[in-house]
Amino acid sequence: MPNPHPDLVCRDLTKNFDDFCAVDHVSFEVPQGSFFSILGPSGCGKTTLLRMIAGFQSPSSGDLNIKGKSMIGVPPNKRPVSMVFQHLALFPTMNIGDNVGFGLRQRGIAKAEIKRRVETVLDRVGLPGVSTRKIDQISGGQKQRVAIARCMVLEPDVLLLDEPLGALDLKLREHMKIELKSLQAAFNTTFVYITHDQSEALVMSDHIAVMNHGQFEQIGTPHEVYHTPSSAFVAGFVGDANKIDATVVAVNGSTLTLTSTGGTQMFIDAPSTAIHVGQSAEVFLRPEAIELVAVGDGVNDPDRVNVSDGVIESVLFNGANSSVTVKDRSGSLLKVSLPQTGAFTALRQGDRVFTRWNPSQVRCYPAPAELEN
Amino acid sequence: MVTDKSRLGFYLLLAPILLWLMVLIILPHIGLFIVSISEKIGPREYATGFGNYAVFFTEPLYWNTFARTAIMSIVATALTLLLGFPIAYYIAKLTRGRTKTTLFLMCMIPFWVSELVRTFGWMILLRETGVFSNLLMALGLVDGPVEMLYNDAAMMVGLVYTSILFMVVPLVTTLDSLDDGLIEAGYDLGGTSTSILREIVIPHAMPGIVSGCIVVFMLSLGNYLTPILLGGKDSLWFTGMIYSQFITRFNWELGSAFGFLLLVLSSLVVFIGLKLTGQSLSNTMGPT
Amino acid sequence: MKTAVVSTFAVITTLSAPSTSAETLRLLTWGGYAPEEVIKLFEAETGHNVEVTTSNNEEIIAKLRATNGGGFDLAQPSQDRIASAQEEFGIYKPIDMTKVDADLFIPSMLAATAENTTYDGKVYGLPQIWGTSGLVVNTVEAGDVTDYTDLCDASVAGKVSYRLKRPTLIGFAYSMGLDPFAAYDDPEAYQAILDQVETRLTDCKPNVKTYWDGGDEIKNLLRSGEVVASMAWDTGGWQLNADNPDITFVAPEAGALGWIDTFALPARGRADDAAYDWINFVMKPEIASIITNSAGNFTAAVSGDKAVSPDLKTRYQASFDDEAIDNIKWYPPVPAGLEAMEGATLDRINAAK
Repeated sequence: MPNPHPDLVCRDLTKNFDDFCAVDHVSFEVPQGSFFSILGPSGCGKTTLLRMIAGFQSPSSGDLNIKGKSMIGVPPNKRPVSMVFQHLALFPTMNIGDNVGFGLRQRGIAKAEIKRRVETVLDRVGLPGVSTRKIDQISGGQKQRVAIARCMVLEPDVLLLDEPLGALDLKLREHMKIELKSLQAAFNTTFVYITHDQSEALVMSDHIAVMNHGQFEQIGTPHEVYHTPSSAFVAGFVGDANKIDATVVAVNGSTLTLTSTGGTQMFIDAPSTAIHVGQSAEVFLRPEAIELVAVGDGVNDPDRVNVSDGVIESVLFNGANSSVTVKDRSGSLLKVSLPQTGAFTALRQGDRVFTRWNPSQVRCYPAPAELEN
Repeated sequence: MVTDKSRLGFYLLLAPILLWLMVLIILPHIGLFIVSISEKIGPREYATGFGNYAVFFTEPLYWNTFARTAIMSIVATALTLLLGFPIAYYIAKLTRGRTKTTLFLMCMIPFWVSELVRTFGWMILLRETGVFSNLLMALGLVDGPVEMLYNDAAMMVGLVYTSILFMVVPLVTTLDSLDDGLIEAGYDLGGTSTSILREIVIPHAMPGIVSGCIVVFMLSLGNYLTPILLGGKDSLWFTGMIYSQFITRFNWELGSAFGFLLLVLSSLVVFIGLKLTGQSLSNTMGPT
Repeated sequence: MKTAVVSTFAVITTLSAPSTSAETLRLLTWGGYAPEEVIKLFEAETGHNVEVTTSNNEEIIAKLRATNGGGFDLAQPSQDRIASAQEEFGIYKPIDMTKVDADLFIPSMLAATAENTTYDGKVYGLPQIWGTSGLVVNTVEAGDVTDYTDLCDASVAGKVSYRLKRPTLIGFAYSMGLDPFAAYDDPEAYQAILDQVETRLTDCKPNVKTYWDGGDEIKNLLRSGEVVASMAWDTGGWQLNADNPDITFVAPEAGALGWIDTFALPARGRADDAAYDWINFVMKPEIASIITNSAGNFTAAVSGDKAVSPDLKTRYQASFDDEAIDNIKWYPPVPAGLEAMEGATLDRINAAK
C-alpha cells in the first residue's frame, strides 16, 4: 500500500431500520487513489452503505473516517466526498457550465476562477467548450462525464459512484467502464463504486468487496474474488459457475472425492476446506475451466480424472462468450465455454462429447444446510 | 379510410372545446365589446364611439381604482406564494402516502363551502365583538375590543385564504416531479438549504410558481365578495366598480368598457410578469 | 229557464275559470312582501302558482333591462324609479285600470303614485307598501343623534354606519338645509348640492365604521353594539326594538325619506291576469294586514292597518308623531341621468382617504 493512511475507513458500520439490519457491522479500508467497488445484488445494503458515506443517512453504530477524521454527525455538504448519482442528478435548469460550477459557487469562489476551473475540468474529462450547452443537448456518455466533472472540480478526497452506468446501453457501458477507469487513474482520486454488475466491478476495480445481506462476504482484488472466492455466495455471484450439489465420500490429504446427486464421481483439490466424509457440499465449476474433448482423444488415460461423457443439449452462440450445455449420463446439465481457437465450432445439438476439468480449478464449500447445523 | 375516421374523431373531440370557447368566452366578449362602444346620448339613443374608454383614462378615480386593485392583487399573490410554497414543499417532499393525501385534503376542505360562507367565517373571527377580539381581551393583552375587520389587512387575509389552494395545487404538482436526487446532489456538492432552494428547487418549480401566480392574481383581481365584505369603507375594488356601473348606475356601456379594460389590462400585467420572470405561457401551462 | 241558463253559465265559468287562468305568477319583489301564508291563500283561491324572487330597486331594473322586460310577470320597484326606467329602457307596460279594484287603494296614495309613474301619458305603477328611511339609533349610547348630520359627531366616532347609496346623499342634503328634490330637474343646481354633500360625507368618513350593504349586515352591527347609530329603514329599527328596547327608529329632524313600493307590469310578462289577481288579492284589508305584519311596513290598502299587531303600531307611533309624518320627504320620480351624477359623487366619496 503506497499510503499508510487510507482515505476511507469504516469500522463496524451498522445501519438498522425499523425491522431489519441493512448494513451489519461492516469494516473496511480504502487506500488513497484506489478504485474500490462494492458488489452485491439489489437489496444487499450497498446503497445504504454508500449513502452513509455520503452523509445522507447516519449510521446506527460504528465509525466512519475520511482522511483520518470522523464523519459521524457531519452533514453531507460539509464532507470531503462527492457523489455521482444513479441517474446522475444533473440540474436540468442549468447549463453544463453552471452544473459543474455549482459546488464552486457554494464555496464562494470568484466567478472568473470558477469559469477557469470549470473549463479545465471539462477539458480533462474530454468535453472542452460545452459550458454553454444545455443538459438535454448532450449524449448519455457525455452526461456521465459531466456528472464526474461536477464532482471532480471540487477535488474531493473520495468520489462515490452509485451505479452510474445502469442507465446506459451495453455498448456505451462497455466503453464507459474503460473511460471511468482511466479517469480515475488520471485524477488519482479514491473512487468508491457500487454496482450489482460483476463485470463492471471486475474490469475497473483495484479492490472489490462482495456484499450480501448487509455484510461483506469477501474483500479482495478482482483476481482473488474471481478465482479464490471465499464463500459459496461469492463463487456463485461473481462470474459464471456451474453449481453441483454433492456429498463427500472420501478425504485423502488435500484431495476430496465427492459424488454428485446425479451419481457422478468428482476429484477436487481443496487444501484448506474443513470438510469431512459424509458431508453435503456445493461444488462451483467455472464454464471456462471445463475442457471439451472429442470422442477418442485420449479420454481413457488412466491418470485422467473428472472426465465424463455427455451429449450437447444446446449451443449458446454469443461471439467470444459462446458456450454449450452438456447433459451427462446422470441427466445433470453443465455449462461449458467454447474455446476461442475456433475448435468445436461445428458442434451441434445431440453431438457426443467428453468433458474434463482439473481438480484444482474448482471450489467446494459445505452446503448451507450443513453450515446451519 | 382510417385517416377519415380518425379525422372525424378529432373534430368530435375538438367540438366541445370549440363550443365552449365560442359560446361562453368569445361571444360574450364580442357582446361586451359592442355594448362598450355605444355611447349614450339620450334616453334610448346611442352612438358608436370609444367615449366610455376615454372616461376610464380621464377620470383618475377609475384608473386609480384599477391600479389599486392590481397592486393589491399582486401583493396578495406574493403573500399567497410565500405562504403556499412551504405548504406545498412540505406536502410534496416531506410526506408520503396517507399523510400526503390527508394534508392535501385538508387544504381543500375550506373549498367545500361557498366563498360567501368562508368570508362570513372571517367576519366572525375578526369583528370587534368577534372571536379574536374576545380572545385577546380574555388573555388580558388588550383593554378594550379591537376591530380587525374593515381594513386592507383583513381584505388581504381574505384574499390569500380564498386563493391559497390554487397556489398549492400547481406547486405540489411541480415539486412532486422534482427528483429528490437533485436536492441530495445539491447538498453533496456543498450547497446550503438556501442555495439549494434558490438554485435548484425554485428554478424547477418556476412553471408551477408562475401558473399558480397567474391563477391567484386573476382570482384576486376578479374577486368581488371578499373586498366588499372584509375591506370596509376604503375597499375600492375594480370588480365592485363594474358591478355598480351595471347594477346601480344602469350604465352598461361604461360597465362593459370597464369589463373589457379589466380583461386587457390584467392580461398585460400577466404578460409583463411572464417577461420579468423569463417564462413563457407555453412552458408554464404545458406539461412539465 | 233563465235561471238555469245563468246557473249553467256560472258553473261553466267556475269550472273553466281555473283552466283558463291557472297561470304561474313570477313575482319580482322585496323580502317579506310575499309571505308564504299569503301565497298559500292566493293559490287556494285562484289556482295560480306563485314564484317569488326577492330583489331591490337597482336589481329589479337591471334584471328587467337584461331581458327587455321579460322573465317576470309582476315587479315591485319604488314609485320614483319607474318613469325614468321606462323612459330609458321601456321595460314596463301600462296598468289597465279596468282590471284593478281601485276601491281597495287609499285614494290619495293611488293618485300620487299614478302621477309619479306616468310616462308618455300612461300610468305604470300602483302603490302597495310605503315606509321611510331615517335613523336607527341606540338611544342609550347615542341619544344625541337626532339628524343625519349628527352621525358625523365626534361622540359617536367609529360607531356609525350608513349605506353609500343615494338616500344617504339626499338625507344629508336635507339635514344640511338644502332641498335636493326641488333641484331634481335642474342638473346644475343638483350638482351643486351633491358637491356640498360630498365634502360633508368625505369629512365624515373617519367617523364611519363601515358602509353597510345588506339589511342583515346593519342589523347585526347594531345588535352587537359595534354600531350605535346608522341610517336605515324604519322596519329594521322596529325589528331591533323588539329584541333590545334601547334601539329604535328615529325620524330625523330634517325629515324621514318616504318611499312607496309599487306594482308594475314588466313589458314582456306573460301572466297579466294572474298579476292583476295578485294585486286585487293582496290589497284586501285582511291580506294587507298579514303583509304589514310580515314586512313591517304599512300598505296603501284601505283599512289595511286594522289587523296589524298592536306592538308594531306602538313602535310606529313612538317613531312618528304627527309632525314627523307631515315632515316625511316623499321621493319624487328620479329624472333620467340623475343616477349617473350621484354615482360619480358616491365613487369619489368611496375613494377619498
